[in-house]
Amino acid sequence: MDLLIPDYGLLFWQLVVFSIVLTILAVFVWKPVTEALRTRESMIEDSIKSAELAREEMMQIKADNEMVLKEARVQRDQLLKDATIVANKIKDDAKSETSKISEKMILDAKSIIESEKNAALAEVKNLVSTLSLDIAEKLIREKLNNDPSQQQLVEKFLKEVKVN
Amino acid sequence: MNYATYGLTCSEIHPGQHDEERSAERKELIMFGLICLFSMSSLQQAYASDASEGEGFNPGDMINHHIKDAHGWEITHGVVVPLPIILYSEPDGLMIFSSSNFFNNAHEEVAYKGYLLSHEHISRADGQPVYDFSITKNVLFIFIDASIMLLIFFAVARGYKKNAGKAPKGIQSLFEPVIIYIRDEVVKPSIGDNYQKYLPYLLTLFFFIWFGNLLGLIPGAANMTGNIAVTAVLALGTFFITNFSGKKAYWSHIFWTPGVPWWLRPIILPVELIGVLTKPVSLMVRLFVSITAGHIVVLSLVSLTFIFHSWMVGFGSTVIVTLITIIELLVATIQAYVFTMFTSLYIGMAVEEHH
Repeated sequence: MDLLIPDYGLLFWQLVVFSIVLTILAVFVWKPVTEALRTRESMIEDSIKSAELAREEMMQIKADNEMVLKEARVQRDQLLKDATIVANKIKDDAKSETSKISEKMILDAKSIIESEKNAALAEVKNLVSTLSLDIAEKLIREKLNNDPSQQQLVEKFLKEVKVN
Repeated sequence: MNYATYGLTCSEIHPGQHDEERSAERKELIMFGLICLFSMSSLQQAYASDASEGEGFNPGDMINHHIKDAHGWEITHGVVVPLPIILYSEPDGLMIFSSSNFFNNAHEEVAYKGYLLSHEHISRADGQPVYDFSITKNVLFIFIDASIMLLIFFAVARGYKKNAGKAPKGIQSLFEPVIIYIRDEVVKPSIGDNYQKYLPYLLTLFFFIWFGNLLGLIPGAANMTGNIAVTAVLALGTFFITNFSGKKAYWSHIFWTPGVPWWLRPIILPVELIGVLTKPVSLMVRLFVSITAGHIVVLSLVSLTFIFHSWMVGFGSTVIVTLITIIELLVATIQAYVFTMFTSLYIGMAVEEHH
């Protein structure tokens, strides 16, 4: 039973020692330790938060970059499209121009050919007429040598020709 | 993904490493078991001489002798460290002398300067009252417990100063998880936002009980935390802190319990008042009983050897005592946790604002 009756000497010493230990530890250990723990914890929390923020910023930048890239790609595609159109137009224009020019050239050539032909024909005509005239003259001269009337006719014609 | 490949290469490079670690752990376990065995067998040897003295072995006396306080520290049978006796009485005033004065060379109790020590109780030969404030075995262990706490936690605090803002190192990293556990899992959820004020008391309480319990498991050590005076002081601390920090809601709950019919309130009042006392009393008794019971169980099992005078029983009881001792290590921690837990719960109830 005396196990259950607290001994006053022991009570006294336990009270004294425990109070002293509590005071010393509270002042010199628990206070700095809990403060250090709190500072460290808040530091870790802050670091995690700032890391998160940096990550978000990075993501934002990445997204922005992607956006810019996308825009650039769209722009490039547009440019390419426009360029193709322009090029096609130029090609078509050039084609039509050349065809026009060639047509004109052909026409010119044709007209030149025509005029050349006409000229040639005229020359041929002249030649033929001169030749026939020469022949006729020769023929006529032969006959006229013998015939004064004919001589007269020839002279008459010559006069006519001269007049012409 | 990176760590996994690293771990893989590690185990590929040192395939035997894990096995070595495991075998080291096993070695430690075996060593621990052997230490337990040897310590137990030293106890058995100590009391074996009791048995061989012919008087017959009385396990009750042996156990009582062990779990009670004493004016000298008997480490093992016959090896007694004398401790200071501090007495106060009206005629003599304060007296300090060694406890060895109460024994002669034949280890028989003798009177010293008119004082008698009988069954650990000091009285004056002339019957006048005497107040005994001796440094008994338990007081010595209170001192040892306190010194260990101061040594360890000053080292821990130094660690926080040295590694400010860095990861903990050495003994600091050994105790930091315990401190944080007490703070975050015991104190904070029980008390709430205003826990800072009570944290130093609760941490001191936890470590005082834990170290005390562990010290008590060393063979030859005192049953300090299994002494009702020690637990009474701890419970008293809880009692005062709880009631001094009691808010309006706490007191109104005791004196005019809300939510019950008015005629029931006067009946509930004495129950509530008793509850105020039973809380610390339950703390006091729980710690005292669980630690003392552990010691009694261990010593009873050891006693079996000498009751049966058999080596076989000795072997069997040693095995069981080893297992019980391992459980006692667990109990030492659990009881410290429970005491701290309930104290913070009581404080939490007291400081709770009306909700």
